[in-house]
Amino acid sequence: MRNPRRPLPAWADIVLLPLINIALAFVTVSIIVRINGVDPFHALRLLVVGALGSPESIGYTLYYATNFIFTGLAVAVAFHGGLFNIGGEGQAYIGGLGCGLAILALDRYLPAWAMIPIAILAAALFGAAWAAVPAWLQAWRGSHIVITTIMFNFVAAALMVYLMVNVLIAPGSMTPQSRNFEPSSFLPAMQGNALNLSLGLALVCCLAVWIFLWRTPWGYALRTMGHNPEAAVYAGTDLRRMTMVAMGISGGLAGFVGVNELMGVHHRIVLDFPAGYGFAGIAVALMGRNHPLGIALAALLFGILQQGGAELAFEIPTITREMVVVIQGLVILFSGALVQLPRPWLQMLFALRRPS
Amino acid sequence: MDDPFALLFPTAAATLRVATPLILAAMGGLFSERSGIIDVGLEGKMLMAAFFAAAVAAVTHSAWWGVAAAIAAAEVMALLHGLACITYRGNQVVSGVAINIIAAGLTIVWGNAWFQRGGQTPALDARSERLLPLFFPNAGDNILVYAALLSVPLTWWIVSRTRFGLRLRAVGEVPLAVDTAGISVPWLRYRAVLICGLFTGLAGAYIAIAQNAGFSRDMTAGQGFIALAAVIFGKWRPFPALGACLMFGLLDAVAIRLQGVRVPGVGEVPVQLIQALPYLLTVFLLAGFIGRAVAPKAIGQPYEKEH
Repeated sequence: MRNPRRPLPAWADIVLLPLINIALAFVTVSIIVRINGVDPFHALRLLVVGALGSPESIGYTLYYATNFIFTGLAVAVAFHGGLFNIGGEGQAYIGGLGCGLAILALDRYLPAWAMIPIAILAAALFGAAWAAVPAWLQAWRGSHIVITTIMFNFVAAALMVYLMVNVLIAPGSMTPQSRNFEPSSFLPAMQGNALNLSLGLALVCCLAVWIFLWRTPWGYALRTMGHNPEAAVYAGTDLRRMTMVAMGISGGLAGFVGVNELMGVHHRIVLDFPAGYGFAGIAVALMGRNHPLGIALAALLFGILQQGGAELAFEIPTITREMVVVIQGLVILFSGALVQLPRPWLQMLFALRRPS
Repeated sequence: MDDPFALLFPTAAATLRVATPLILAAMGGLFSERSGIIDVGLEGKMLMAAFFAAAVAAVTHSAWWGVAAAIAAAEVMALLHGLACITYRGNQVVSGVAINIIAAGLTIVWGNAWFQRGGQTPALDARSERLLPLFFPNAGDNILVYAALLSVPLTWWIVSRTRFGLRLRAVGEVPLAVDTAGISVPWLRYRAVLICGLFTGLAGAYIAIAQNAGFSRDMTAGQGFIALAAVIFGKWRPFPALGACLMFGLLDAVAIRLQGVRVPGVGEVPVQLIQALPYLLTVFLLAGFIGRAVAPKAIGQPYEKEH
């Protein structure tokens, strides 16, 4: 039995469908929680209180959200150009390396007002450079950007381990981490909390990405390339250059994770600080429908999950922090790969309501 | 270095030990990709399979139930991938990424809930709960090693000498032609994805209950991606893919031996460089600097019958 496939009204397509997809992800999670013998509503209450119950927990929630905004924007910018950047993890790593190297080189000579902008710029440049190589390979050599960015994540991880163990390790240190940064590189932070000025940078990035994509000719050309490359060529866009621009911006945004982590919290270069934020950025971008406002909201939700999930794991021993990872994966599955799942059902409902 | 011949056998054995899961996963990935379904989720399927192999082997005290559970777990993930990519025509890369992330999280969530060991499964008893070497006790030549070696000619034969294989290749190149001939595109692709699940299940079981004695978090450690790289490096053909797996396995075996050793004329080779080589070589190959790898034409494109 096949219903006439009538298109859904716009509001259902933009608001209802994504909400149903996210709801499906959370229903699946509550089933998993249930299997583990925990009441999902009890877990949800603990999670929300853990994420928003005190100024301190709100600080941590926003600190996590900052990372998600950066990687979510990174995925979205590339996506608007029709490019799938799964290399956020590596770009964040190398971005952190860039900001760390700038600080290690200059923090003894420069005051904060000079050190901080230079370090932020270095993070963006290194992140952009790490994304530019796959972009160049795609634009000029025709290799698939998805595969290349995946491979570059591993190369970045290997490079960082090598540098940390052999080159940047602090003299006399047993663990692979650099010497401590001087306070001139510290970003102003909430007292005793991880939340720092990077959140401001993230919000500025949201606005800048919005202006770039929807209010500049370059953003227009980039989106045209994403929708219809042939039309973009006809309109005079150099696709190769545009690919480089899109991936450069994307990589730079991912690189800012290094700013939040190293200049805001760790105050030295450490291993494994991207901790999955690059991949989670895909979920954030999908959920935020690749719009900066949506991404900010989705990032906030993921921040709540990250912080609340940690508290939840602390309260209930049968639930671990990795529950949050499962939720991220399910959100990617339902609002990315299975996005068409509820559509036929919705179409059927709408057809019932208004018989043609 | 000491006597080169004394090193040959252990190095060959070590290469094969490392290459076995790569070969199995690569053959699975080859079936999937030849049918036009990108599989970035090899890693996740292997991880899920490894977890269920170890968990079930520990509970039932039988390695064979472990292998069966591993295959079942990988097949569930494969079906999920098929559902997203074939039935609902979703983005195949997104689906693969989702499977990897779900597996990374779920194995630890369940592992912790069931065994309370921070995501690990109990250590497996060597006699009944693990797969043991068949002929050479020191070489680790358990049955899955031989299965992996056999899987390559088998894959070659199926893909290039059977009717199913012909259709499989056709559906990855021009699905419209297959559809016009009256053959179901989705059913062909589902079979390819399920075969991929079978192979990744075996690969995961090997890692958890043959190579190691139990599951630990993220134990596949990128081997699914190396297998994917091997498929591409082998230009989507079984024997070249086997060659790539053996080369990557050898690199790994050499990396362990070269740790802290000074090679004359070169100095100390960073282990991380050797570990990154499979990825770098694949990037070079894809960029056309060493040969050219051409993917199946319809790869990554969902097939819509209505058009």
